[in-house]
Amino acid sequence: MNAAHGKGHLYGPARFERAARTELAKPQLRENLRHATHTIRDKRAEVVDELPDWEQLRESGRAIKAQVARRLPELLERFEAAAVRAGATVHWARDAEEACRIVTGLVQETGASEAVKVKSMTTQEIGLNEALEAAGIGAYETDLAELIVQLADDASSHILVPAIHYNREEIRDIFRQRMPGAADTLSDAPEELAEAARTHLRRRFLSARVAVSGANFAVADTGTLVVVESEGNGRMCLTLPDTLISVVGIDKLVPSFADLEVYLQLLPRSSTGERMNPYTSLWTGVTPGDGPQRMHIVLLDNGRSATLADPVGRQALSCIRCSACLNVCPVYERTGGHAYGSVYPGPIGAIISPQLTGVAENTSLPYASSLCGACNDVCPVKIDITDVLVRLRGQAVDSKRGSPSAERVAMRLLSWVMSDPRRYDRALRAARRGTAPLAALLGGRRTIRHLPWPLSAWTSSRDAPLPAAESFREWWQREQAQRGETP
Amino acid sequence: MNAREEVLARLRSALGDGPAEVAVPRAYRRDSSHDPDQLAELFADRLADYRAGVHRTSVDRLAETVAALLSAGGPLAVPPDVPQPWLGAYDGRVLVDGTPAPLGTETLDGVASVLTGCATAIAETGTIVLDGGPAQGRRLLTLIPDHHICVVPVTDIVGTVPEGLERLVPTRPLTFISGPSATSDIELRRVEGVHGPRRLDVVLVR
Ligand code: SF4
Repeated sequence: MNAAHGKGHLYGPARFERAARTELAKPQLRENLRHATHTIRDKRAEVVDELPDWEQLRESGRAIKAQVARRLPELLERFEAAAVRAGATVHWARDAEEACRIVTGLVQETGASEAVKVKSMTTQEIGLNEALEAAGIGAYETDLAELIVQLADDASSHILVPAIHYNREEIRDIFRQRMPGAADTLSDAPEELAEAARTHLRRRFLSARVAVSGANFAVADTGTLVVVESEGNGRMCLTLPDTLISVVGIDKLVPSFADLEVYLQLLPRSSTGERMNPYTSLWTGVTPGDGPQRMHIVLLDNGRSATLADPVGRQALSCIRCSACLNVCPVYERTGGHAYGSVYPGPIGAIISPQLTGVAENTSLPYASSLCGACNDVCPVKIDITDVLVRLRGQAVDSKRGSPSAERVAMRLLSWVMSDPRRYDRALRAARRGTAPLAALLGGRRTIRHLPWPLSAWTSSRDAPLPAAESFREWWQREQAQRGETP
Repeated sequence: MNAREEVLARLRSALGDGPAEVAVPRAYRRDSSHDPDQLAELFADRLADYRAGVHRTSVDRLAETVAALLSAGGPLAVPPDVPQPWLGAYDGRVLVDGTPAPLGTETLDGVASVLTGCATAIAETGTIVLDGGPAQGRRLLTLIPDHHICVVPVTDIVGTVPEGLERLVPTRPLTFISGPSATSDIELRRVEGVHGPRRLDVVLVR
């Protein structure tokens, strides 16, 4: 049985470099992004500094997830058994299409023609809203930012704050034009806009019969699901409807309830820069007389097994979708989330999207990075994003050429340099001095113009400084040049 | 092969390289090493940071403190087992969930406040945890009304998240509440109150 790649909203119509060019031409967007990412970044740093044991928490967070990857089949079976014991029905989906079919069928069984939705990256990944709508079922996003994006007929551009690319005037205009019942006199004060969303959704919550959610974590020992949120829309969806359908990526597992003590500290501080988000809901199957009385869980693969098959790349499955890496990424800050074409933007998107779809389908995304390493430093579960990027670049080159190449061998060497923090640091320091980063490794050579094989594959066509495998800018220029355009 | 077997088989083959066992270090703090007074102060400080109301009182004065927080307009919703002395000084209308029948969502939508206890409270993160246990009721009780008053005996406050989780039964429906409902989706400006209660008052009882 070979691991299989996934499908869904993981690539856009335009390659990254073309999409980014369009986005780069929007000064307002860049200003919104800069403001937002820097604000969250500062808040994060402040609350992280408060915890004397942050590094220990990160190390535990990394190790638990590495353990999960290793024991995934067993943990999934254990989760399933516990959830079923608690009264849930568990379904399995090989890919996006199958998951959408299962959820659509479950909603249809209830006779409902609409479902309220808790913000969930996984359901966006599989294109669930579109699938439900094709079946005549209205899918209503209830998170404020997701609601804005849905009303605007747009796509999310950030994992945590999907409407980050809009400012208040733009949001007011979207509400005035698209939100049923919104007053023409609605102002652009955030308080008024939030109030309008509350009024708009209140009736819908109180009468909803079916809700669809994802989960931030799934506990194998107990069958418990966890949703972390702020507005209470999550609690509304998880409490009021009679039927709850949760779509859970198989990467969301943690072994025991006690492991949540690590992630419930890492996640809020890394994502919103809060000590704890306003609401966290945990539920295990069905509780008689309290909350949904029918509970379905759809366990989703969609390329996660293929990601697991790569010994280096599998660490990406540890991601808890905190979005800290987006907020520090210089490429994300300038291009915004839409340029990536995937529901997963930023550094994590640049690795997870091609991993889920297969690199051959997504060859440009591994280049959407300057390899500066800022993402590695903030990642609460210590994913070595740059290491995975370099590996994927190697695979992208192969996928274009159809066979392993000298360039790939060069990539491997780079990957080796970057896989060790000290080696990598040394290379970077050398780069900062304006000399060849690999010089130390290559008998003291100070230039990379004429490197010996296999690195000659590189230097025959370019004299780029090496530590950034090929830096984001160089890749950009090469791509533009190949297409005969001037950058 | 059905989807379940196929996904599990894919995963087993993906692990064909036999990744090494990983030891999970647990070097992070479990205990905040604060005394009970310090914990209460830290908790109060964190709550105020979330713009929740914090009210310190004694067992003897609890009823008065609660009554002062309730609006005269009422009505007040409570879980069936809320301790009667908490309501001793309130003369407004009280709707008890579950007697004779569970309160409907429409009824709760017309309620001004809800009064509950909690399962535990975590000082470092300013979190109260509800688990449906004594004096807490169903989840929707604390969700639909716009004002939630939560009574927290200071002896129930722990320091850290690990200490908090240790006290909980995983399979109960759990709600962690850290401040009132809030959104930061518009230019990252925090706005309190979207769908959950806009006001959270925590009454610390010594
Ligand atoms: S890769 Fe790390 S920093 Fe980025 S979203 Fe995932 S957990 Fe957060």
